Amino acid sequence: MKKGGRKISALVVDDDRVIRVVEEKLLVRFGLETKVAKNGKEALDLFVAGNTFDFVVMDMEMPVMDGPEATRALRARGVDCMIVGVTSRGDGPEKAEFEAAGLNCCWEKPLNAQIVGTILDKLAKKLS
Amino acid sequence: MEGNQLPCQASYMRNALFNQGYLDDQFLQLEDLQDEANPHFVEEVVKLFYSDSARLIRNIELTLENTPSDFEKLDNIMHQYKGSSSSIGAKKVKKECTQFQEYCEVENIDGCLRTFQEVKQEHASLKRKLENYFQLVREAR
Repeated sequence: MKKGGRKISALVVDDDRVIRVVEEKLLVRFGLETKVAKNGKEALDLFVAGNTFDFVVMDMEMPVMDGPEATRALRARGVDCMIVGVTSRGDGPEKAEFEAAGLNCCWEKPLNAQIVGTILDKLAKKLS
Repeated sequence: MEGNQLPCQASYMRNALFNQGYLDDQFLQLEDLQDEANPHFVEEVVKLFYSDSARLIRNIELTLENTPSDFEKLDNIMHQYKGSSSSIGAKKVKKECTQFQEYCEVENIDGCLRTFQEVKQEHASLKRKLENYFQLVREAR
């Protein structure tokens, strides 16, 4: 999937290595250019260093800096790309807090091809 | 290698793993991601899971020995392990993890201890079965 000639870029943020590997492969399969980060702080550092992404897949629970905190920090910096939350906590106060931090949408883990398709549709609408 | 291209034995074993509830749709997602660029992707991811999750299992074990019981910590580690196991489609493992977390919520240490034995059992059982499965797939190549 391309945007004006360049590939769509995504950042996968998750403290679990298995999930990072699977999510990255999934996004690459959709033709995306991807980077990974182990926690919210690493994700934030990538943005501070000048990287930009079309969307971020942000895990909720991570050490050092969790999803809600990282999302708030990114939005406070003026980062307006799509931030997609992922969690296996289900509906509840934690998910609500995460969404309130500035997510565009939130999905239940694990990410699959169907969810990625939906995200890319949303992204296409956002960009048009 | 797609599921329907496997030779008899491997195919039979694969179907059994699904039919007996050891694996769920997420495993199909992994199989879909396997291609010429990554011909052993599923096996690699499973190996990675068993390598990384050993640490989480050990942490839960150590934390269970603490008194008083730290249910929040137990829940957090189990949550991590559950997320990881669900990413490879480990259905029975995931079910036991959920049960464990329910016991954490009501602070029932006996329930946690009992269920953790089930978690370890399912963890080991799936590992054996998948190792056998990948062996069959490899022999057929």
